[in-house]
Amino acid sequence: MTPFTKVSGAAIPLLLDNVDTDVIIRINRLTTLPRDEMGPYAFEALRFHPDGTEDSSCILNQPKFSGAPFLIAGRNFGCGSSREGAVWALAGRGIRCVIAESFGDIFFNNCFQNGVLPIKFSRDKLTELIAQIVDGEEITVNLEDCYLTFPDDRKEFFQVEPMKRLSLLSGMDDITRTLSKRSTIETWQAQDKLKRPWVW
Amino acid sequence: MKPTAGITLFDKVWQQHVIEDLGDGWALLHVDRHLLHDLSGSRSMAELDLRKLSVPQPQLAYATPDHAVSTAPNRLVEQQAELAPQRERLRRGSASRGIRFFDLGESGQGIVHVMGPELGIVLPGTTVICGDSHTCTNGALGAMAFGVGSSELTHALATQTVMQRKPKNMRIRFEGQLPAGVTAKDLILYTIGKLGVSAGVGHAVEYAGSVIADMSVEERLTICNLSIELGAKVGMIAPDQRVFDYLTGRRFTPQGVLLEQALAHWQTLHSDSEAVFDRDELIHVGNLTPMVTWGTSPEQVVSVKDTVPVSSAARDEAQRDAWRDARQYIGLNEGQPMNSLRVDRVFIGSCTNSRLSDLREAAALIKGRRVAAHVTAWVVPGSEDVKRAAQSEGLDLLFQEAGFHWREPGCSMCVAANGDTAGPGERVVSTSNRNFVGRQGPGARTHLASPATAVASAIAGVIADPREF
Repeated sequence: MTPFTKVSGAAIPLLLDNVDTDVIIRINRLTTLPRDEMGPYAFEALRFHPDGTEDSSCILNQPKFSGAPFLIAGRNFGCGSSREGAVWALAGRGIRCVIAESFGDIFFNNCFQNGVLPIKFSRDKLTELIAQIVDGEEITVNLEDCYLTFPDDRKEFFQVEPMKRLSLLSGMDDITRTLSKRSTIETWQAQDKLKRPWVW
Repeated sequence: MKPTAGITLFDKVWQQHVIEDLGDGWALLHVDRHLLHDLSGSRSMAELDLRKLSVPQPQLAYATPDHAVSTAPNRLVEQQAELAPQRERLRRGSASRGIRFFDLGESGQGIVHVMGPELGIVLPGTTVICGDSHTCTNGALGAMAFGVGSSELTHALATQTVMQRKPKNMRIRFEGQLPAGVTAKDLILYTIGKLGVSAGVGHAVEYAGSVIADMSVEERLTICNLSIELGAKVGMIAPDQRVFDYLTGRRFTPQGVLLEQALAHWQTLHSDSEAVFDRDELIHVGNLTPMVTWGTSPEQVVSVKDTVPVSSAARDEAQRDAWRDARQYIGLNEGQPMNSLRVDRVFIGSCTNSRLSDLREAAALIKGRRVAAHVTAWVVPGSEDVKRAAQSEGLDLLFQEAGFHWREPGCSMCVAANGDTAGPGERVVSTSNRNFVGRQGPGARTHLASPATAVASAIAGVIADPREF
């Protein structure tokens, strides 16, 4: 997993509520593509008309936002399907951090598994941020000290789960961490087999 | 064991599975059951191979292909070439690890969330995970069941644990008498419309009240299925005698002394009367009607007798814009009545509404009538066992004589990952759970409804009120 310490760049303003993971990546891309090839297909449902032609009015198609490492979204971003391909598609497009009012719970966990940082901001702060980045102005997220620098140099601090922050900073993987607890798990299981034998 | 006075059902089951408190609300939880399907399951198995990780408890996992399989009647001979590899990877990956696998055509195969309850795999008080957001369905049996991404699934297969942050507790109580012709699907769609699709974010929802107590287990599965459409990963119902009776005698349900021990434990699985919920909602159901979605989010839902809401009714600018985009995609105008909309396709199936009781509810409305000439209507049973049971009652013939297509079990048009899609601009009345943009195929327009409304609409050729049938 790529560590996340400090990231700078443009931020795509996509202030929509309830953007679902079907919209982020279509199911037929999940069935046919390896995980590192999904980037070009992120947000197909928004970026293209049903007949396959590109929608030039879509913010995601504007050249100033190609390769932008930040995405700004509204409430409940990444709701719906558990497909981790949604995060793979965002990461494949170069997005390292999503700043939104709230997130779908499964998507939120999937972000951390892939070195993508989800940050929660109030609607007012999102609106203030968007006012400053519409022309592709650069912002910076510093995860070591947990703040975001606006284009006008204002610093806005954010909260992130301490355990997840450490994982992102180090690029450490959950599986490696948990495998080191094998004896604790096995002890728990041995006791559980006595308490709930019907489960086993 | 800690005293459990004043504790919610969800908190009880959570506490019973904590292996280690990781701080800041996070815990390492034991996973009692994995349900594996051909998309996320095969991805995780490939990851396990890549990292040379073993599965220490394969007997706790159950696999079946459902998402990327065709449901065409001749699918075993004409499986789509580009999709077959996933089923094959799941089959081989399961066999090499000693994981039970139910293949196409075998008893047990089906949509994972139909399979789990009907085989007695999912039990009250167990933790159940699957790389599928509708894992919440299984909470109807009193399990703590939730969807995970494929990385979390890989973690769980390799360690039999999952790292989670404890969500808040929310309760939704339903009181009153559901009017005749109004179903569990209508009730949960109404609830999502009232509370919104982000109401349950960060919460585990318990459904309670006299309406839930009076429901069959299959109706409760429909209710819990749409928890994720409320934003909640977990939806639960306290297990009662109906659940115990439902489970008894099923293929993997414990038997004999084990069942007696289990029952003693299961009877403790309810929220204590003093339990406090972070959010508590009460919904009176006496005036409910059949519901149908008009937009591209499950919260964009109205009575089948109603009209598309007007912009001025939106609560803010964001909702007004979302409604405009939804109307444009679905091809409707504000104020337009729902019950005259011409329908191209009807889909009865999915982990929401493909169980035997759903098919009976649908078939009962046919009464010798036929599907309108311009409508293509599909019935896709949720599992091989549902299919066989329905056929033994003659439901397949009833549907086919009325002009419905009777298909093989799988996710089909709910996920559209299997060639089962609607075309651009086609209007579908669907008993599934998502009306998202492109969900049933690029440009396809989905209207979520109950099996009864779906049948009524298939026959009328327009969105129709099943109470008039």
